[in-house]
Amino acid sequence: MAKAAQDYLVTTKGLTKHYGTLVAVDNLNLKVKKGTIFGLLGPNGAGKTTTILMLLGLTEPTAGQALIDGCDPTREPLKVKARTGYLPDNVGFYQDMTGWENLYYTAELNGLPQDVAKERIAWAVERVGLADAINRKVGEYSRGMRQRLGIADLLVKDPPLIIMDEPTLGIDPEGVRELLALIKTLAREDGRTILLSSHLLHQVQEICDEVGIFVRGKMIACGTVDDLGRQLVQGKRFSLEIEAEPLDEGLLNLCRSQRGVVELQQAGTRLTLLCSEDIRPQLTKEIVAAGYKLLHLTLRGYSLDEIYRRYFTKEEGKNGQAATATSKAAQH
Amino acid sequence: MAKPQLPQVKPPSIDNLLQANKGLTAVIKKEISDHISGKRFLILVALVVIACLASLYIAATAIRDAGTDNFAFLKMFTVAGSKLPFSFTAFVSFLGPLIGLIMGFDAISGERDRGTLSHVLSQPIYRDALINGKFIAGVAVLAMVIFGLGLVTGALGILIFGVPPTLSEFLRIITFLLLSVVYISFWLALSLLFSIVFRQTTTSALAGIALWLFFSLFAMFLVGMIADAIFPVTDNSPASQIIKNARLNQWLGRLCPNYLYDEATVTLMNPSVRALGVVTLEQILGAIEAPLTYGQSLLLIWPHVVGLIAATLICFAIAYYLFMRQEIRA
Repeated sequence: MAKAAQDYLVTTKGLTKHYGTLVAVDNLNLKVKKGTIFGLLGPNGAGKTTTILMLLGLTEPTAGQALIDGCDPTREPLKVKARTGYLPDNVGFYQDMTGWENLYYTAELNGLPQDVAKERIAWAVERVGLADAINRKVGEYSRGMRQRLGIADLLVKDPPLIIMDEPTLGIDPEGVRELLALIKTLAREDGRTILLSSHLLHQVQEICDEVGIFVRGKMIACGTVDDLGRQLVQGKRFSLEIEAEPLDEGLLNLCRSQRGVVELQQAGTRLTLLCSEDIRPQLTKEIVAAGYKLLHLTLRGYSLDEIYRRYFTKEEGKNGQAATATSKAAQH
Repeated sequence: MAKPQLPQVKPPSIDNLLQANKGLTAVIKKEISDHISGKRFLILVALVVIACLASLYIAATAIRDAGTDNFAFLKMFTVAGSKLPFSFTAFVSFLGPLIGLIMGFDAISGERDRGTLSHVLSQPIYRDALINGKFIAGVAVLAMVIFGLGLVTGALGILIFGVPPTLSEFLRIITFLLLSVVYISFWLALSLLFSIVFRQTTTSALAGIALWLFFSLFAMFLVGMIADAIFPVTDNSPASQIIKNARLNQWLGRLCPNYLYDEATVTLMNPSVRALGVVTLEQILGAIEAPLTYGQSLLLIWPHVVGLIAATLICFAIAYYLFMRQEIRA
């Protein structure tokens, strides 16, 4: 038991938050393992930010409990805040102070001694690549620079748990790539646990070890991306997309002759195979052996977008009426 | 057999207490430097400095013309000339609240707008460290400004007149400056409260200014109307009716912080004020006309001081309570 508790840095039990009649977070049971990247995914208004605020003790839960490294945020807020770094979606810095001054303020709030603070700031700034701009006022920073300053701010604090709310929002693709790489090193090299929320699924898919899918305050699925895909396609047919050259009758026949293939559809240069099992290993071998050039092969239903869309529509169908009722209530 | 052990109660560790304090001092340091380097605060202080120096100059000419009697030094702060109908004390009484309001109106709502509130509160500090730090820093800056201003005015007065203050005059001025700090702190606490209640910074500023205008322009007018409605006074009303009217007027007026402050200031800065409120002829008859000592004046305004401090603390307590319960959204 004790070991199990140590493995999980964040656990919630029946965490619930009501705003009047609106249920923002509904009976959430979450477990985040130490040293992993966990993604809270879901559309806007699904309750991700509310969950994060409750984890930080900035909002009191209506019911249930959250534990961060064994501490309850409502009872021991300082312990929780000392162990947790928070990067909000639009990270707030004082505009008329320089980047360095902002970081130093954080260091002071964390009670770091002067020399340690200065050392850490220099190191953090170097690491996020802001050394040139650190003595400029934050008001002049671009959004990407501000986000990097936010990460430097986390590094100054040096917490074992980092919570990020929509870290990639409003950043150009190149910036997102760099940011994600940085987040990844924070987890892999420094051994920190990272909890991030996003509605941009494909962006965070590659770095998350585990994801939880949020719809209307409920976590409707949780697990690794692969697990979720497998759960989803279980009992259903696999759908393989293939593109190969040259596209001729021989290729079609080869595909049809595979064991387990039920149906073959052709749309332009792309073939879609519906099959009862995963035939990717044997199919690729045979296509190449027959002298075709394989250009593209995907197993549909394994991408997070797909998973998310299916879960979402499934939930939508189930709760369709309840959903319209709550959205009406929210309008009033 | 193991002896049954007394359950040990762990005292809160000193590290934790220090940590909380560190957050508070960090907030105070930052807020003070923010205030002092802020442009709007400099503009406001420049305005007040010019107003006070102008009033000193006017007072100087007025006193020269009229000649001096007792307490010449105090008169520099209280005498208004014909060109500028404001004395130093009147200026502080009128513009002081504005300083308090401008220092506090965006204290919390501004942080919320810029998204810094959730950032600061996710650091390991108690939530009240932020609001306590802001209030303490505000009061500290206020005290610096008010005392700086009062002492510079006094020093210039000595240069102009060549009259040094007596000890009791000096004590009266120091007490007046302290009282002014308390009075402006009331407005600071009020604007801090508004910045928590109203999400919009402009709403908070307007609410503060509206209340300031109400108290300094309309409140006494309204008080007079109420007093007249309850105890109407005509040319041939009996004396008891007139006294009742005046008493009610005074008691209602004392509900306004600026009236309290003005009454206390007059008593402090003018030792010949011997009583506040209505005094009948028979009470004066036989009394020896002499200025009050410092201690006696202080005794007269003690309720005012307590009232102002209480009003300040009540405002701050409400602000504190609301802030502690408030949802912190990014």
